[in-house]
Parts: sequence; structure tokens; C-alpha cells
Amino acid sequence: MSDPILSIRGLRKTYGTGVDALKSVDLDIRRGEIFALLGPNGAGKTTLINIVCGIVTPSSGEVLVDGRNWQSNYRYARERIGLVPQELTTEAFESVWNTVSFSRGLFGRPRNNAYIEDILKRLSLFDKCNSEMRFLSGGMKRRAMIAKALSHEPAILFLDEPTAGVDVELRRDMWDLVRKLRADGTTIILTTHYIEEAEEMADRVGVISKGELIAVDEKHDLMAKMGKKTLDIVLAEPLASVPPELSEWNVELGDNGHQLTYQFDSHAERTGIASLMRRLSDLGITYKDLSTHQSSLEEIFVELVHGGSK
Amino acid sequence: MNGHGIAAIYRFEMARWKRTLWQSLITPVITTALYFVVFGSALGSRMSTMDGVSFAAFIVPGLTLLSVFMQSIFNASFGIYFPKFTGTIYELLSAPISSFEAVLAYVGAAVTKSVILALVTIATATIFVPVHINHPIAMILFLVGISAGFCLFGFAIGVWAQNFEQLQIIPMLIITPLTFLGGAFYSVKALHDPFRTITLFNPIVHVISGFRWSFYSVADVPVWSSVLVTLAIIAGCMAVIAWMFRTGYRLKQ
Ligand SMILES: Nc1ncnc2c1ncn2[C@@H]1O[C@H](COP(=O)(O)OP(=O)(O)OP(=O)(O)O)[C@@H](O)[C@H]1O
Ligand SMILES: [Mg+2]
Repeated sequence: MSDPILSIRGLRKTYGTGVDALKSVDLDIRRGEIFALLGPNGAGKTTLINIVCGIVTPSSGEVLVDGRNWQSNYRYARERIGLVPQELTTEAFESVWNTVSFSRGLFGRPRNNAYIEDILKRLSLFDKCNSEMRFLSGGMKRRAMIAKALSHEPAILFLDEPTAGVDVELRRDMWDLVRKLRADGTTIILTTHYIEEAEEMADRVGVISKGELIAVDEKHDLMAKMGKKTLDIVLAEPLASVPPELSEWNVELGDNGHQLTYQFDSHAERTGIASLMRRLSDLGITYKDLSTHQSSLEEIFVELVHGGSK
Repeated sequence: MNGHGIAAIYRFEMARWKRTLWQSLITPVITTALYFVVFGSALGSRMSTMDGVSFAAFIVPGLTLLSVFMQSIFNASFGIYFPKFTGTIYELLSAPISSFEAVLAYVGAAVTKSVILALVTIATATIFVPVHINHPIAMILFLVGISAGFCLFGFAIGVWAQNFEQLQIIPMLIITPLTFLGGAFYSVKALHDPFRTITLFNPIVHVISGFRWSFYSVADVPVWSSVLVTLAIIAGCMAVIAWMFRTGYRLKQ
């Protein structure tokens, strides 16, 4: 694996109010990946992003952008980072075009109208380029903020809840855009409350809860590792109760006695399925159908967050 | 050096000024012009001369500066306070721009506005009052220096302020009285002690005196003292702003 584009080391933040928003977070972001940061409200996602972007000062810890400290090489680091903040805050009276051009200049890039035209077109905003920001809808504003963040051609893009308040169609467009950006080599770190968004887009997922990163893994590995599989057995004849002979499998009876459910770990050496099926036939219990299903990222997430709080 | 960044902020601030030209240029010019009309045409003939200068002409530099103080503080404080208020400051804080460059851009734009305002005000005054400028280069240098000092002061207020009231309170409560008591309408020499000595502790006395000297070659305090006080205001405010940026005071959590 090549060097990480972003290294976060022992990052802590205690706000002036005494809130411990981050408790020693370590995280490496790989070049060119899409990393999704998941966590409930107040977990510390925005705090983490704001520290990396220079908006919040950490209590301790360090961030390396391409191996360089982000404070002593702040110009180097910040030229490479674009941020779409969670809150929609824009200059109300400026036109879309001027706002985006302003951002490009602010980040030290010479004027390049062709490039700005291109991002506005890619974000379907070009026909609005002369409108004042205050006349845009929420979704348009969000896209204008993305255009601002992309205006200086950053290598790393932070999207703090990019699809909050965005309709379904636009969300699909946003996902497509993010994938295209990744294809062009941009590293993307996004936070979201929508598990399906992480599931759909991310290469890796980090779960943060109460200021601690409680899991970081490839999305598929995380699902496989944490993933419980469930075997559903649809019975031919309903049962009144779970026969005591099945107690060692911890099966549950549902659907008015028509279905047995067995949860197992798909990675364990013995899943227990074969012996369960044998025992069922010994008992003369017949079944019409069998199906397995794997827990989604959402179920994993809920378990992680609640498991961590116990 | 992020020259594009400085230029972007400067242009942005000037564009904001042009959008609100009525409020930021025309209104203050009209307000000041009213003083010239009242004192110059209506009352002036009944007032005695000050230091050999007609009263109407005498008050032009001081009143022009009063307007420059107010607009400098207002423009510079608003320029940085408003992004703090709306949250758009995130972009400045995350940009590859040093605090020195940011201050240069914000304060540079505010100084430009103040200098334009002063020149338009003085030009308007000539319609009603016989104004003459004996030392035009010194006048411009004083004007730029004084504007820079008060714009830096305004910038610091903008960083410090946590609501709109705090933004207004210092110009209204401190600068206006100090200007009225600082010889905008009279020569400090005309005062008797101890008021005269007390008045000399008011930095605005020195600032107005130097500026007025560049018009009529008459001054309440030596010109070098006016230069020193102007430079001291600039240096003092720069030190405060440097400290604010270094510690992140009211800008960063
Ligand atoms: N400026 C601040 N001052 C004091 N405490 C803050 C500040 N910003 C955030 N916090 C606190 O820090 C904790 C983490 O907040 P943060 O905004 O990072 O959470 P988040 O994961 O982004 O949440 P959300 O999903 O709601 O956006 C919270 O307890 C919050 O109350
Ligand atoms: Mg957040």
C-alpha cells in the first residue's frame, strides 16, 4: 500500500465548554479512496473534519497531509483540501459564479474560467451561474458549496453530510459525481447518517461514537466480520413451541409457529447448520423453504454503537 | 505569498461596497456636507476665525476625519464580523492564506473605501467652503495612515464583537465623543488648563491636528507628534490583531 494521503495521530479535542468531542483518534486515509465516517449525532465527525481543515484547533495530536504536518505546512496542506461544511453558509448577495471564483482565488489559484464552467456544468448549476446565492434552493446551494470546494482542484475532498436535505434524485446525482471525482483521483472523506450511502459508495467505513473511532475497515470486511447471517426455515407444519431438542442452537420461533430463525456466524469453523438440519429431520420436522440473509451495515452500526456504550 | 487570495478578498470586499454605495459613500458624504452648509453658508459668517482660518474651512478636516473614523471602523469590523456571524468564515480559516495576508486584504479594501470617502467629502466641501490644501502629499499620507489605523482598529473590533450591538458600541460611545472633544470644531489652543493638558491625552487631537496642518499649516500639536500617534495607533492595533490570530481568539474553537 502506498503512503496514506492523510494521517491522523492521537487527535483529541476538548471544547471550551468541557465537552470531550474527540478522544485520541488515529486514522489513515488511503490515496484515492472513498472513506465514509459514520456515527450518531454529536459523535465528533464534524469536529474531526474541522480540525483537519484548520477551522478548529485540537487539544493535542497531529495531522499529516502527504506526510507533512498540517500546521507547520499549512499552505501545502490546505491547497490540497476542499471542504463542504455541514451547514449551508454562503454569501447571500453574491452570484454563484462570483462565489465560486472567489473560492478559487482564495485558495491561491489563478483565474480559470473554463475550469469553473466545467464544475458548474457537472453540478448542473451552469444555468444558475448569474443568480444570487439567496435565490437558490437548498439543494442548489449545497451543489454551489460543492463547486466552491472543488474550485481549487483539491486532492482531498471532505463532504460533511453532503446529502442532508437533498432529494432522492439529486442524491443519486451526487453519488455519481463523487464516483467520478474518485475516478479522477480525488480522495473523498464523507460523513453521513444514511447507512445506504456508505454501503453504496464507500471503499472503507469508520464508525465513530462519543469521540472514539470504534471500527475502521473495508466495507466488505466490516460486513463480513461483523456480519451475522440468519437462516430462516419456513416450516411445512406450524409448531406450538421450540422443541427442547433444538435448545443448543438457540433458534427462535416466529410467524405464528411457521418459521424457525437461526443466527450464526458465517466465519465460524462450524456454523452448526448441518447438524441443525440433521436434528430437524430426526425430529421429523419438515420445511418448505430455506433462506439466509446477511446483516446490513445499518444493523452492524447500531450494534457497534450500542455495544460500545454498554 | 498567496497573491490570488489577497486579490480575491480585496475584490470581494470592494464588490460588497459597490452594492451598498448609498449606505457606505453617499449617505456619509451628504451628512458631512450638511455640516458644511450649516456652518459654511448659514452660521459661518457670524463665527470668528480659528487660527486665521475661517470657521467653515477650519472644521472641514476634522469633520472629514470623523466620517473616516466611523466608516473605517464600520467597514473593517463588518467585513470580518459578518462572515463570523453567517459562518462563511470557515472558508477563510481553511484557506492557504496567512493571517497577515488576510488582514492586508480586508484592511486594504477598507482603507481604499475610507480614502475615497474622504476625497469625495473634501471635494464636496469645496462647493460650500473655501478649502485649500497647502501640503497635498502630506494630506494623502496622513489620510492613508489614519485610515489604516482606524481600519485595523475596526478589524480588531470585528473579531472581538459577538453581536451587532458590540459592533456599534465602540464607534458610537468612544470615537464620536473623542472626536467632538478632540478639536474637530475648535482649536485645542483655545482651551484653558487643565482641560488643555487633559485633552492632549486624547490621541484623536493629534490625528486631527496633523491632518488639519496639511490643509492650512496650522496645528495644535507639533506635526511629528501627529505622525507618531498615527503610527502608534497602527502598531498597537496590528499587535492586538496578531495576538488574536495567534491564539485564535474568538475566531477558532
Ligand atoms: N463549538 C462547539 N463548542 C462546544 N462544543 C461543541 C462545539 N461543536 C461541537 N461541540 C460538541 O462536540 C461534540 C461533537 O460534535 P460534532 O459536531 O463534531 O458532532 P457530529 O458527529 O458532527 O454530529 P452531527 O451528526 O450531529 O453533525 C458534541 O457533543 C457537540 O455538542
Ligand atoms: Mg456534524
